Amino acid sequence: MTDSKYFTTTKKGEIFELKAELNSDKKEKKKEAVKKVIASMTVGKDVSALFPDVVNCMQTDNLELKKLVYLYLMNYAKSQPDMAIMAVNTFVKDCEDPNPLIRALAVRTMGCIRVDKITEYLCEPLRKCLKDEDPYVRKTAAVCVAKLHDINAQLVEDQGFLDTLKDLISDSNPMVVANAVAALSEIAESHPSSNLLDLNPQSINKLLTALNECTEWGQIFILDCLANYTPKDDREAQSICERVTPRLSHANSAVVLSAVKVLMKFMEMLSKDLDYYGTLLKKLAPPLVTLLSAEPELQYVALRNINLIVQKRPEVLKHEMKVFFVKYNDPIYVKLEKLDIMIRLASQANIAQVLAELKEYATEVDVDFVRKAVRAIGRCAIKVEQSAERCVSTLLDLIQTKVNYVVQEAIVVIKDIFRKYPNKYESVIATLCENLDSLDEPEARAAMIWIVGEYAERIDNADELLESFLEGFHDESTQVQLQLLTAIVKLFLKKPTETQELVQQVLSLATQDSDNPDLRDRGYIYWRLLSTDPVAAKEVVLAEKPLISEETDLIEPTLLDELICYIGTLASVYHKPPSAFVEGGRGVVHKSLPPRTASSESTESPETAPAGAPPGEQLDTVPTQGDLLGDLLNLDLGPPVSGPPLATSAVQMGAVDLLGGGLDSLMGDEPEGIGAPSFVAPPAAAVPANLGAPMGSGLSDLFDLTSGVGTLSGSYVAPKAVWLPAMKAKGLEISGTFTRQAGSISMDLQLTNKALQVMTDFAIQFNRNSFGLAPAAPLQVHAPLSPTQTVEISLPLSTAGSVMKTEPLNSLQVAVKNNIDVFYFSTLYPLHILFVEDGKMDRQVFLATWKDIPNENEAQFQIRDCPLNAEAVSSRLQSSSIFTVARRNVEGQDMLYQSLKLTNGIWVLAELRIQPGNPSFTLSLKCRAPEVSQHVYQAYETILKN
Amino acid sequence: MIHSLFLINSSGDIFLEKHWKSVVSRSVCDYFFEAQERATEAENVPPVIPTPHHYLLSVYRHKIFFVAVIQTEVPPLFVIEFLHRVVDTFQDYFGVCSEPVIKDNVVVVYEVLEEMLDNGFPLATESNILKELIKPPTILRTVVNTITGSTNVGDQLPTGQLSVVPWRRTGVKYTNNEAYFDVIEEIDAIIDKSGSTITAEIQGVIDACVKLTGMPDLTLSFMNPRLLDDVSFHPCVRFKRWESERILSFIPPDGNFRLLSYHVSAQNLVAIPVYVKHNISFRDSSSLGRFEITVGPKQTMGKTIEGVTVTSQLPRGVLNMSLVPSQGAHTFDPVTKMLSWDVGKINPQKLPSLKGTMSLQAGASKPDENPTINLQFKIQQLAISGLKVNRLDMYGEKYKPFKGIKYMTKAGKFQVRT
Repeated sequence: MTDSKYFTTTKKGEIFELKAELNSDKKEKKKEAVKKVIASMTVGKDVSALFPDVVNCMQTDNLELKKLVYLYLMNYAKSQPDMAIMAVNTFVKDCEDPNPLIRALAVRTMGCIRVDKITEYLCEPLRKCLKDEDPYVRKTAAVCVAKLHDINAQLVEDQGFLDTLKDLISDSNPMVVANAVAALSEIAESHPSSNLLDLNPQSINKLLTALNECTEWGQIFILDCLANYTPKDDREAQSICERVTPRLSHANSAVVLSAVKVLMKFMEMLSKDLDYYGTLLKKLAPPLVTLLSAEPELQYVALRNINLIVQKRPEVLKHEMKVFFVKYNDPIYVKLEKLDIMIRLASQANIAQVLAELKEYATEVDVDFVRKAVRAIGRCAIKVEQSAERCVSTLLDLIQTKVNYVVQEAIVVIKDIFRKYPNKYESVIATLCENLDSLDEPEARAAMIWIVGEYAERIDNADELLESFLEGFHDESTQVQLQLLTAIVKLFLKKPTETQELVQQVLSLATQDSDNPDLRDRGYIYWRLLSTDPVAAKEVVLAEKPLISEETDLIEPTLLDELICYIGTLASVYHKPPSAFVEGGRGVVHKSLPPRTASSESTESPETAPAGAPPGEQLDTVPTQGDLLGDLLNLDLGPPVSGPPLATSAVQMGAVDLLGGGLDSLMGDEPEGIGAPSFVAPPAAAVPANLGAPMGSGLSDLFDLTSGVGTLSGSYVAPKAVWLPAMKAKGLEISGTFTRQAGSISMDLQLTNKALQVMTDFAIQFNRNSFGLAPAAPLQVHAPLSPTQTVEISLPLSTAGSVMKTEPLNSLQVAVKNNIDVFYFSTLYPLHILFVEDGKMDRQVFLATWKDIPNENEAQFQIRDCPLNAEAVSSRLQSSSIFTVARRNVEGQDMLYQSLKLTNGIWVLAELRIQPGNPSFTLSLKCRAPEVSQHVYQAYETILKN
Repeated sequence: MIHSLFLINSSGDIFLEKHWKSVVSRSVCDYFFEAQERATEAENVPPVIPTPHHYLLSVYRHKIFFVAVIQTEVPPLFVIEFLHRVVDTFQDYFGVCSEPVIKDNVVVVYEVLEEMLDNGFPLATESNILKELIKPPTILRTVVNTITGSTNVGDQLPTGQLSVVPWRRTGVKYTNNEAYFDVIEEIDAIIDKSGSTITAEIQGVIDACVKLTGMPDLTLSFMNPRLLDDVSFHPCVRFKRWESERILSFIPPDGNFRLLSYHVSAQNLVAIPVYVKHNISFRDSSSLGRFEITVGPKQTMGKTIEGVTVTSQLPRGVLNMSLVPSQGAHTFDPVTKMLSWDVGKINPQKLPSLKGTMSLQAGASKPDENPTINLQFKIQQLAISGLKVNRLDMYGEKYKPFKGIKYMTKAGKFQVRT
C-alpha cells in the first residue's frame, strides 16, 4: 500500500473519476480522492478543473484532509480567483478555532493564496493572530505579513502591520522575534529606503538575547540583521563580537558563516593593538577550516567566501595552507577554488610545499584543473620572488612532458614571468622555441610571439620564426595578429638591416588586407612612426614596460570592503556587489565597512548637517547637473605642467598604450581646448601658510566647548567629509573641508588612492559659482599617489573667479582630473569662510543702515539648544568675523547687534536676542540681498554649535 | 527566501516539484540541465547556477538532484544546509532516500515539505517535531489507518515547538532507559610517493542514541578535553559550561542525534594507522607495466585493521590487468579503468599484497599521470586521536539508565599518491 497507487489511471478519464470520488459521501473515499489530486499536482499535471469539488471538502474536522485541501488551494487559487472566494469563510472561521495549530494553519494558508480579493478579507484575522496569546500563532502571523507585503505592499502599510511587526521584535518568545526579523528583512529588501529595521542599542540587545535561544534558522536571520548595524564605538563593537563568537561553534554552517560576517565587519572598528583583536583573529580560523570538511556544495560556498576573507585579512588562515590541498576526488568546482586560495596564501615560508603540490596537480587527468595548476605556478613565481627560479624550473620540467595543453599554458605564464623579472630567465627561451609548432591556442601563440619580439636580439633566427607565423596571417585570431605586428616592428627596430622586407610585408598585411579596425589603425601608427621619425619610434616601441605584480588578480579594495559586508550571500559567491546582478537592482543599498576611528568625530559635516541629510545622500540633495555640468565639461583640464608639450608626452603615452592597442591616447594630444580658460597659475606662494589648520581644528573645538571663548583667531573648521567616494571615481577618494584663516580661504583636501594603480597628473577646476571662488594655485601633488596612499593638500582659493548665481547659493561644482579620468562632484561650502575681517560697522552707520533696509528684507530664525551666554557668543562669533557692534539689555534680555561683510562686499546686519536660562536664541537678519540670510543663519548655527 | 524545489533524477526527469510562493515554471530547470550536460560527472555540476531571473542552488545526494529556486539575495549556505536537511529528513522517514521511495510516499513527502518551510522560511526542521506533526509511514499504521479512518497527521501542537528545549518532546516514556554514544573518527589524509604524510586530519563525531524517560539532564566529561578545540555542537549543548569547565552538559533530544562534531588538524596528533608499499611502473618501450602493492599496519595501538578496501583509478592507456592477490578478491573494470581490491583484515604476520602486470595500448607512449590509491578501513574500539570519555552522569530523573560508549576509527578521504 503505497502512494504510487494514486498515479494509476483508468480508461474512463481520470478527472471524471476523481470528480465522482470527491463528491462521495464516504469520508475515507473523499480523502483518498484528494490525495490522488495532490499526487497528480506534484508531478505537474493540471487538475485545476476539480477546484469546486476539492474546495467543498474543506469544511471538515479532519486535520489531514484540511491540510491537503489547503495544499491544493495554494496551488490553484490564482487561476480560479472567483472560486477561491468560496473558501474565505472557512478561513475566517478557522482563525478563531480553539486549537492554535488550526489558527496558525489558516492564517498561514490565507497568506499563500495570492488573490487580491482574498487579501482584503485577510487583514482582520491577521491582526488578531499577530496579537494571539499563543506564540506559535504569532510567529506564523509574522511571516504572513511578509507574504501579504509581497502581494499588496500598500495594503500592509495602510493597515499598520509594519508597526505591529516592529513591536514583535520585543516579543518574549525568541522564535517570534526571529520570524519578525526575517519578515522585516525581507520587506526591507524591496524597500531599500524605508527605515524598517531601525537598529539601536536596545533592539540590538534584544536580538542578541533572542540569538541564544531561537532555532538555527532564526539565528541566521538575526545575525544577518546584526551585520547591518553600525556600533557607535569600539566598545560596543567588542561587546557584540563577544556575544556572537559562540555561534562559531554551531553545527549549521550557514550560522557559522553569518557569524563570521558580523565579526569580520565589526573587527574593522577594533584597534589592532587590542588583545581582544588578536583573540578574535585566532577564533576565526578553526570554524572556517571546519566548513571545508562539510559536503562539497557547502565547501564551494565556503571557499568562495574564504577567498574574500584571506584577501582582507590574510593573517587569519596563514597557517592553514594544508587544508586547501586538493584531494583527487573533490568535485572540479571545489578543486579550482582551493587552488585559488592556495596561491593567495603562498608565501616564502610555505612555497616549497605549495610548488610540490602544484606540480603533482599538473599531472592529473582533468584538463581544466591541470591548466589552472600550471597557471598557478606562474602566479607563485610572480608573487614570491625568492621562488621564481624554482617555479621556472618546474615549468620547464612540465614543458618536457610535451603534453600539449600543459606546454601552452606554461608558455603563457612564462611570458608573465618575463614581464615581472626582465632579463633574468632568458636562458629558457631556447626550450620554448622548440615547442613552437605544437602551439595551437591563440593565447599561447600570442605569448610566444611576444617573447620572440621582446628578445629578438638574443634569438638568432627570430626573423625566421616570425616569418613562419606570417604565412597564415589572415587565419590567425586578432590577438595573435596584433602581437605579430608589434613583434615584427620590434624586431625591425632591433635588427633593421635584415628585416626591412618582413616589416613591409606585415605592415601591408595589417593596413591593406585587413578589415579589422584595431589592426589597421595600429598598423598605420607604426607605419607613420617609422617613416617620420625612427628614433621616436624606437623610444615608443621599445620603451620600458611597467612591471606586473601579483595584485592584478586581487579584488579592488573598495569592492572587497563592500563584499566583506556581503559574506555568506550570493554576492560573495560571485564576487560582485549585489547591484551588479540582483534582479532589477531593487533593494540594493551599498554597504560599507565601519570606519576604524570610533570617536565622535563622525563623517557628518556642517555642510550637510543643516539639511539633516545623512552624508551618503549629500550628492543627491544638491541640485546640480544639467546645463551647469555642461559648462564643466567644456573646461579644459590639461595637465598642470604644460611645459614643452606635445612631442614628448605623445611618445610616453603611446608607449604605454601600444600593447593595449589604443589609438586614442595619441589622438588625445591634439590641442582641442585652446579657447578655454588657461590653467597656468601664479607660480610663487603656492603653498599657503595655514597648512596646520585642519589638524588644529579638532583641538580648537575642544577649547571652545570647555571655555566658551574662541582662543584661535581662525574661524570654525568643519571636519573633513567625503566629497567624492572611491566607488564613483575609479578608486580616487576625496574628502575635504573649507577653512579661513588670516584672511585667506583654502580648501583642505585629502586624496586617497583606493585603486590598484598609481595616480598622477592631478588637476582641479571649479565651475562658476555665486561668490567667484576659484583655485588660487594649481593642485600640487608632488609625488605620484601609489595605491592605498593618502595625501593631504591645502588648496588656496581666491574670490576673483567668474561669478554665476548657483542654486543653492553656496554650492560648488568641482572637477578633478588625474591620469585615469575626470571626475565631477559638487559640495556646499559654509558661508562663514566668506566673512571678511574688516566687517565691523560703525555704530551710527549700523543704525542708519538697519533703518534704511526695507522691512521685507528682514528674516527671523531660531537657534535652538545653544548653552552659551552673551559674552561667549560674542567672542566666538568674533573669531569667525561676525562683529558685535553694540549690546543692550532690555527687560533682562541681551540684545546683540552684529555686522559682517562678505567677500563681494555685501553687508549683513544681525540682531541676536538671548534670554538668560533659555537656550533658544532669536536671530533677525537684515541684508540688501535677502537670499544670503538663510546661509548666514546656517553659518551662525555652525559656529555656535561647534 | 526559498521559492521552489525540484527533484531531478540522474536521467534528467523532474519527478517532484514544490512551490512555497508563486509557481515557478519548471522550464527554469533547463538552465540546470545545460549545466548538467556540460559537467562530465554528476558530482561536478556546480552548486550555484544563475539564470536571468532566478538562482538555482542544488545538492546531489543518493543520485538525486535537489534543486532549490530562489529569486532574491538569500545566503546560499542557508539554502544548501536546508536542502541537506530535507534529504536527511526523507532518509529518516523512509529509511532510504531514492526516487521510487519518494514516489511511493509522495503525499507524505508533500506534507513534510509543507511543514518544513512557510513562505520560504524554515518552520520545523527537527525530525523529532516533524514526526509529531506528520507520522512516518509504517506498514502497521497504514493498515490501522485504513481500518479506523484515522490519519497520519497529528492534531496537537508539537510540544517541543515553543519550549526552551525545542528539540525534545515532553512526556517521553521508556521501559528500558538507555543512552549510547558512538565516538567515530575519520582520517582524511594525503600520503605522497615516498610515504610521508602531506596532510592528515581527523573529522570526529559523537553520535548518540538516547532513549530516556522524562526530562533527563546529562553531563559528559572527557579524559582529555584539550583535544577538542575546534568543535560544532548540537543546539542542546550548553556552550557556557563547555567554555568554562570543558564539560558537555545538555538535555538530549529523544532518539538519534549528532551531539557534536570536531576536527583535529594538528599534524602530530594524527596517527596514520596503515601504510601502502607500491611499485607501479610503466616502461616506454614495452606494452607491459608492473603493478605491485602491499598494505601493512603502522600505528594501530594494538588493534586490528579490518574492512580494508583499496581502489585506484588507472590511466586511460591501461587495457587490462592480470593480478594475483595474497588474500581477498579484486576486480578491474576495463571500461572505467577502476581497480578495486577487497582486502578484509590485515594480518601483521602475513601482509596482504596484490601483484601482477598491466597491459598497455601497444605503441602508445606511457601515461602522464600516476594513479592515486584510495584506501578504506575500519578499526574498532579505537579513537585514533586518543579521545576518551571520562564519565556520563544524569540529573533530573530518578531511574538508573543503561549507558554505553563505543569507539571507532575509519578512513575518510585517505589517498596515497604513487
